[in-house]
Formats: sequence, C-alpha cells, structure tokens
Amino acid sequence: MSMILGVPLAVLSGQLLLGVINGAFYALLSLGLAVIFGLLKIINFAHGAMYMLGAMATVILFDTLGVNYWVALFVAPVLVGCLGMAIEYFLLRRIGGQDHIYSLLLTFGVALMIQGILTNIYGVSGLRYSMPDVFKGGMNLGFMFLPYYRAWVIVMALLVCFGTWFMIEKTKLGAYLRAGTEDSQLLQGFGINVPLLVSLTYGFGVMLAAFAGVLAAPIYSVTPGMGSHILIVVFAVVVIGGMGSIAGAIITGILMGVVEGLTKTFYPQASSAVIFLVMVVVLLIRPSGLFGKEA
Amino acid sequence: MSESAQHADIQKTMLAQQKSEHRKKQILNLVLLALLLVAPAVLYPVFLMKILCFALFAVAFNLLLGYTGLLSFGHAAFLASGAYTTGYLLSNYSGLTTEMGILAGTAVATLLGLGFAVVAIRRQGIYFAMITLALAQLMFFFFVQSEFTGGEDGLHGVPRGYLFGFIDLSDNMNMYYFVLAVFLASYLLVQRVVSSPFGQVLKAIKQNEPRAISLGYNVNQYKLLAFVMSSGLAGLAGSLKTVVFQLASLNDAHWHLSGEVILMTLIGGTGTLLGPVVGATFVVNLEYQLSQGPLGDWVDAILGAIFVLTVIAFRSGIIGEVQKFMRKNLS
Repeated sequence: MSMILGVPLAVLSGQLLLGVINGAFYALLSLGLAVIFGLLKIINFAHGAMYMLGAMATVILFDTLGVNYWVALFVAPVLVGCLGMAIEYFLLRRIGGQDHIYSLLLTFGVALMIQGILTNIYGVSGLRYSMPDVFKGGMNLGFMFLPYYRAWVIVMALLVCFGTWFMIEKTKLGAYLRAGTEDSQLLQGFGINVPLLVSLTYGFGVMLAAFAGVLAAPIYSVTPGMGSHILIVVFAVVVIGGMGSIAGAIITGILMGVVEGLTKTFYPQASSAVIFLVMVVVLLIRPSGLFGKEA
Repeated sequence: MSESAQHADIQKTMLAQQKSEHRKKQILNLVLLALLLVAPAVLYPVFLMKILCFALFAVAFNLLLGYTGLLSFGHAAFLASGAYTTGYLLSNYSGLTTEMGILAGTAVATLLGLGFAVVAIRRQGIYFAMITLALAQLMFFFFVQSEFTGGEDGLHGVPRGYLFGFIDLSDNMNMYYFVLAVFLASYLLVQRVVSSPFGQVLKAIKQNEPRAISLGYNVNQYKLLAFVMSSGLAGLAGSLKTVVFQLASLNDAHWHLSGEVILMTLIGGTGTLLGPVVGATFVVNLEYQLSQGPLGDWVDAILGAIFVLTVIAFRSGIIGEVQKFMRKNLS
C-alpha cells in the first residue's frame, strides 16, 4: 500500500474526508453566523443550540410522528427558523438600540435555556437515529472507501452554501440585504420593510444551522450538548476568516476542517486544539482575519 | 444675591450632599463588614466561603466588563489555572505553606492573562468575546490532556495546610477568616484601582474608545493592564476555592463557568463595586436552593431564563436599580 509521510494513503484520505465533512458543517454554521452578523451586527450565541435543535427535531419527528429523513430535511429547518424569528421578534428586537454585547448575552441566555430544557427531557446521553436505507454502504474509489451518506453531506452542504452565496450576491433580495448591511435607515427610507427583513434574515441564518443539524443527525451522536462545543470551534473559524465576506466564511470553514483532519492523522493529540492555535497565529499576523475587511 | 455667590452656594450644597452620600456609603460598608464578620456564627462557613470565592471572581471579572467595557468569555480559564496550580503544588510539595501555593496559583493565572490579552486585545467588541472564549476552550483541552490536572478526575483531597506555617486551616473558622481577609483586600484593591486616575482612563475607554485614543492614551496598554489584573484576581479566586473545597476539577475550566460569572456580574450590576458581590451571592444561593428542591435539574434552564430577563428588563442589575430608586426617591 502506498504511504505518504509514513501514513498509509487510505488512512490519510479517510481523515481528509472526515475533515472535509467537519469543514462542511463549520462552513454551514459560520455562513449562518455571517449572514446574521451582516444585518443585525450581532453574534448569535444561540447558533449552536439551533444546530442541535435541527438534529433533535429530526430524531423526535421520526420517533413520534414517523416523519422520514427527506421530509425532516425541509420541515426541521423551517420549524427552527420560525422559532428563530419568534426569538428575534419577541426578544432581540427589544434591545435593538443597546450595545451589541447585550444581544450576545441575550442569545447566550436563550442557548442555555434551550439546552437546559432539552437536557431535562432527553438526558445527556443522546438519541439514536439511523440513516435512510438509500445511504447504507458506499463506493470504493480505489484509494479509499467513500460512504454514500458522507458524499451526500458534502454535496448538500456545498449546494446550500453556493445557493446562499448566489442569493445574497446576485438576487434582488440579496441586494436589499447588502444595502441593509451598509445603512439600514437609508434602506428603510426607500420603502423597504427593514424590521421584516431583519426577522427573515435571523430566521434564515438559524435555518442554515438547523439544516446542518439535520445533516449531522445520522452521523454524529444527537445530544442536547452537541451544539455548544461546535459553536466555540465555529467562533474560532469566524475569527480566522473574518466576517468580511460570505465566500470567505465558506472557504475558511472547509479549510479548517481539512486542517483538523490532517492534524488528526499526523499528531492526534493536538487535533482538538489546532483550530484555536491557528486562530492565535492569524490574530498575531493579520488581526482582521484572512478575509476580513475592517481594520 | 450676586451670581457668583449663588454659584458658591450651589457648590456648597453639592459638596455637602456628596459628603453625606459618602458617609452613607461608609456606614453601609461598615454594616456589611460587621455582617460578614459574624455570619459564620449563623450560616455554614463553607457555604459562605463559596460565596466569597465567587464574589471575588465576579469582582475581578467586573473590572473588565464594568469598568473597561471588555466582555471576556473566557474567565474560567484563569480561575482554573489558579485552582490547578495551587492544587497541584499543595498536594505534591508538603513543605509549602498554603499562602505560597495560593500566590503561585495567582501568578500563573496572571501570566496566562498576559498571554490571552496580547492576542485578544487586537480585536474589539464581540470579536473580543469570541476570541477569549476560544482561547479558554484551548486551555480546557490542555487541562483535559495534562497529567498534573488529573484529567477527567481532577485533583481531590488537596490539603488545606497551615497558613504561614502555623495557622491550621483545616479548622473552618480559621479558613473563613482567611478567605474573608483575602476577599476584602482584593475588594479594596479594585476599589482603589477604579477610583485612581488609571481607573478613570479605563472608564473613558469604556465610554468612548476612539476619543480616548485621540486624547493620546495608549488604549491597548491600559486594556492589557486591566486584563492582566482581572485575570490575576480571578486566579486568586480559583486558588482560594481549591483550598476551601480541597478540589480542582474540569468544571472550573468549563465555558459554563465563564457564562455564570457574566450572569453574576450582570444581575448584581455591572460597573458598580458591590454589584458583582450581590450577584454572586444571588446566583450561588439560587443554585443551592434549586439543588435542594424539585427543580434541581432545571438549574441551567432557569439560569438561562434569568439571563434573558436581566438583559431585557433590567440591564443595570440589582445595585444599579437600587441606585436609580434612591436617586429618584431620596434626593
């Protein structure tokens, strides 16, 4: 078997694949954070909880109502998106004019609540979800084995990322959104319903997180705590990439997943820390992040 | 009456008002101090010490959030580094007196704070919060994998030892008065710092950073110093906590604790000296009461709800609201 730097090719490519998949999740989550940040100028601390809710909803919908994966793929994000809009309407809107630190703390409180409630109902050990039969098995690519579901995750994540990028950069709605990012008062002056746009944006960002959650349900263990760890990693990814651009968030997410996968192959002890270390290095060299615009 | 005489009159009454307010505050402080001195006769000393340790932690945190306007989401890392250092030293070197162990813990936390600050003050606002959170998570993984922390098990049975080599701290009363002394000294230090010219510059940075820069202050240096001081005091709180409970564990390093100290400070009143103390008392008490009752499993959800309520309905916290009330009705 061929070896690269003392590591069998199959092992290396397997870890790379896992890295790309993790990266796809980072990309989806940091994309949602970036979309919300653009218009609301807040970091959504409840993002991890929304990701978790997406995954939990998938499992719960299946267990109680027998809703299958394909339906959940649409229903769960929509449900979570509605919850997000409710949070924006009833809570975030009330502290609109305040320091952004408060909205961060508010979403943190919301995350604690959601996680606490679900932990009480479903325990910490988590739920099981078996993937649809279509995805069982995989194909042999010669140098590695590619499970179908993992391929599906990558393709779907990339499609959604690209779709979001297209919508924001190339459509009329996206133009409103970008205008709102620049100067929301002026946009309101042009007769656009900015408060509605804000609600929709928050709902959409949260939907992206929930969608990532649905994708994650069959491959990761679904627990009420699954969101909080990945959120901290995604924060580091966001700091590395900078909040400058949508494309930047996607690229950085996947890149960091790959870096993590490579570290797992060559120096496993550091794999959980490597993204944070990259963050430190980036901050020391280029404080505004790889794709950041502001000083 | 001429205008200048009128002016002087107003100034006089204002001065008198300030003086009487100052006296009221002094009386309040003395009453609180007396209460703290006699408290262990009525309440369980270990519980009181827990409150004091967390109050010190919150006071340290407030130096950043309340007086400098920096939201650190990684303060658990400092508490934990103090706790682990002290725990490790006191467990493995029986020749060390307790205060040496505590000092070493504080020193390590201060150094770690310097490291955090150098990286984190490069960004402002919410980025600052995210960076400190990520750095604290990095430390969490370090603590999980290190040998000296005992990994998942933590350090148990840390000996309390002898203070200065001859005061037996295994006696809860001795321990209590030692913790109280350290707490009061730190509290007075913070009071001194925030009312000093240095503290005024910190407040200026909080209110308007670009303005402070344009006035010629090296803002980053001030932030750095405030951060280092805050992390050192947080480490001191962690070291004390380890000695009191004879325990240091991963809970001390978890992001959950970083969130809790924010809640303590916020609910008591950011930017007030007494606020974090009141907030810590409230939160520690609440957690204890809840854990006794049928709602024991709901602590997290309830804390989250209080977080949301505080942010939406009363951002100035308990002390802040009391101050507002006094100003409205008593002047």
